[in-house]
Amino acid sequence: MEKILFGDNQFFAVNHVSDEKSRAQAIRFKDDDAIIKTLDISRKAGINTFMCTTHDRIANICDYMRANPEKYKDYNIFPCLPYAHKYANAVTELGIAGTLKQYVPGNFFGSLFKGGFAYLSKDYLSIMELLIDAEMKMFKGINTPVIFLQNVVTDMLLGLGMIDVLAAFHSYVEKKYNAEGGFITMNMPLLLEKLEIAGIENPIICSSINIAGFRMSGGKELYESVLKTKKLRAIAMQVLGGGAISPKEAIEYVCKLPNIESILFGASSEANINQTVNYIKSFNN
Amino acid sequence: MLKAGIIGLGKMGISHAAIVGAHPLVEFVAVCDVSSLVLDVFKKYTRVNTYNDYIKMIDKEELDFVVVATPTKFHYPIVKYALEKNIHVFCEKPFSLTSAEGVELVEIAKHKSLVNQVGYHNHFIGTFRELKRLLQENIIGELVHFTGEAYGPVVIKEKGNTWRSNPDEGGGCTSDYASHVVNLIQEVIARPLKINGTLLKSIYSKGVDDAVYSLLTLDNQLSGVILVNWSDETYRKMSTSITVQGKKGKIFCDATEIRIYLKDANEKENLEKGWTTKYITEFAIPVNFYLRGEEYSAQIDYFIDNVKNKKQGSYNTFEQGLYTDQVIEMILDKAKQN
Repeated sequence: MEKILFGDNQFFAVNHVSDEKSRAQAIRFKDDDAIIKTLDISRKAGINTFMCTTHDRIANICDYMRANPEKYKDYNIFPCLPYAHKYANAVTELGIAGTLKQYVPGNFFGSLFKGGFAYLSKDYLSIMELLIDAEMKMFKGINTPVIFLQNVVTDMLLGLGMIDVLAAFHSYVEKKYNAEGGFITMNMPLLLEKLEIAGIENPIICSSINIAGFRMSGGKELYESVLKTKKLRAIAMQVLGGGAISPKEAIEYVCKLPNIESILFGASSEANINQTVNYIKSFNN
Repeated sequence: MLKAGIIGLGKMGISHAAIVGAHPLVEFVAVCDVSSLVLDVFKKYTRVNTYNDYIKMIDKEELDFVVVATPTKFHYPIVKYALEKNIHVFCEKPFSLTSAEGVELVEIAKHKSLVNQVGYHNHFIGTFRELKRLLQENIIGELVHFTGEAYGPVVIKEKGNTWRSNPDEGGGCTSDYASHVVNLIQEVIARPLKINGTLLKSIYSKGVDDAVYSLLTLDNQLSGVILVNWSDETYRKMSTSITVQGKKGKIFCDATEIRIYLKDANEKENLEKGWTTKYITEFAIPVNFYLRGEEYSAQIDYFIDNVKNKKQGSYNTFEQGLYTDQVIEMILDKAKQN
C-alpha cells in the first residue's frame, strides 16, 4: 500500500464534526466532473490510490476511468463495501428480509423465499458473496488490490461474535478478486485480537488514529500499545480528528507512531490536499 | 456477569445485540425474533440461544436484563412480562403505543424497583449535554424561542406497507422522528405543556404523516416550534438539531457541533462576544466499543452500570419516555382538531 490514500467522504457529504459543512460539500460536488477534478489534484500531489465507498456516483467515476485507461493505468481503487446507509435506510423501512429481497441480485433470493427458510441456513455466506459481487460490479476492469469491509458491518459482526463471517469475507475477496481483504473498524484493538484468533495474520486494519483520541474505542493509550507490540498493517484515518485539530500537530502525531503503513485522508481544495501531503512527506522523513 | 437477552432483531435490535455482546460485564445469552431468517444467522454463527417466543425466552433463561427493540405495539406486553419476572428493561423508543399502557409500565417498574431506560440516544451525545449545561448556566439570558428540527431520508418513495405505514402501530414520522425532538426539548429545555397547533403532512406515505410542524408551549412558559420531516433526501442520514434564542444570545446544537452567539463575552465560560463553534470531538463520551455512534454504546453502558449497581439512572427513565409519548399524543390530537 502507498503511504497516502485519498478518501471520498468529502464527495458524499460526510463530515464527522459538522453536518453543516457536509451539506455545503454536497452542493460543491454535485457534478461528477468536480469529483474527477479533485482526484486529479490528488494525483498531481502524488496520491495514486482512491479509497472509496460503493456510492452510486462512484460507478460514474469508474466509467470515466475505464474510458481513459491511459490516464489511470497505474491508479488503484480500494473499494469499501457495503454502502451502508443504503441498506440501513432500507432496513428501517422494509425490515431485513425485505431489504435482502430488494438488494440481493437475480432471482436467487426470490426462489429461496418460495422454498421457505428451512434450508437457508447453509447459504448465508453465498448471500454475502452475491452482495459483494453486486457491489463490486462497478469496479470491473479497474485495479482493486485491497477491498475493505466498512466499519458498520465489521463492528457489528465483531460485537455479535460472528468472526467466521469476517474471515469468510477475507477469503472470498482473495479467491474471487485476487485482492486482500481489509477491515475498517472503530474498535481496532478488539478486532485485531479476534482476527488473530481466526488465523488472519498481519491484517490490514483501517481505524481512527488521532492525537485527540477521537473515535478510538478503549482509548488512545491502548491503540498506541497495540501499534507498538502487535503485528498489523495499520491505516490511520480521521487523523485530523475531523478537522478540529491543527493539521501539523495532528499529522506529526500519526507519522511518529510505529506500524502505520498508510494514512487515509480526504479534502476538497487544492491547498488543503497539498498541505496535508506535504506535512506527511516532511514528518515521514 | 450479567445475563442479557435481546427481543426484536431489526436494525436497532441487532445494533444493541452487538453492543451488549461486546460489553465486558455481560454474558449475552439469548435473542428472540419472529424471523427464522435472522434467528438462523445467530444459531449458525454465535453461541446465543435463539427463541421465537419471548415468554419462553424469559421463562427459560435466567436473565438480569432484556433489551426490547420490537415494533412499538409489542413493547407493552413484552416489557410488562419482563418486569413481572423481575428483569431490568431497556426499551427502544417510542416507549408505548398509548399513554395508558405506558402509565402501567412506569408503575410496575417503580413498584418493583427495576432499572428502566428508553432508547433516546441523543442524551448520550456530548453536544446536547453541553447545550443543557449552558442553558442551566443561563448564558443566553431569558429564553425567547426554541426550534427543534429533524430531517432525514426514511420514506423517499411512494411504496411500502410495513408496520411503519400504519398509524395505529406508531408508524408515522411524528411517533418516530419527532419523538426524538420532543424528548430532547423536554429534557434539555423544559417539558412541553400545551400544543398550540399542528400540521401533519403525508408526502409519500399513505395513511401516515411524513412531516409534522407544531407550535408548543413549555412548562416554563417558553414557546417554540418543532419542524420534522423524514422524507427529505437532501439529508444523508437523520439530522437532529435544537436552536434556542435568548435575550443575550443564541445557541444552535446538533450531534456534531454547538454554535454559540453571545451579545457580550462570558468570562466564566471563556466564550467570546459573537460566534463560537465547538465540535463533538471535544464532548464525545468515551466508550469501549463503538458502533454507529458513541451514543448507542454510551446509553447501553449507562444502563448496564445501573443494573450492576441496582440503582435507577436519571437519563431516559420510563417516566420520561412516557411523558414524550403523551406529548406526541397531544400533537397528533391537535392535528385532528384542524
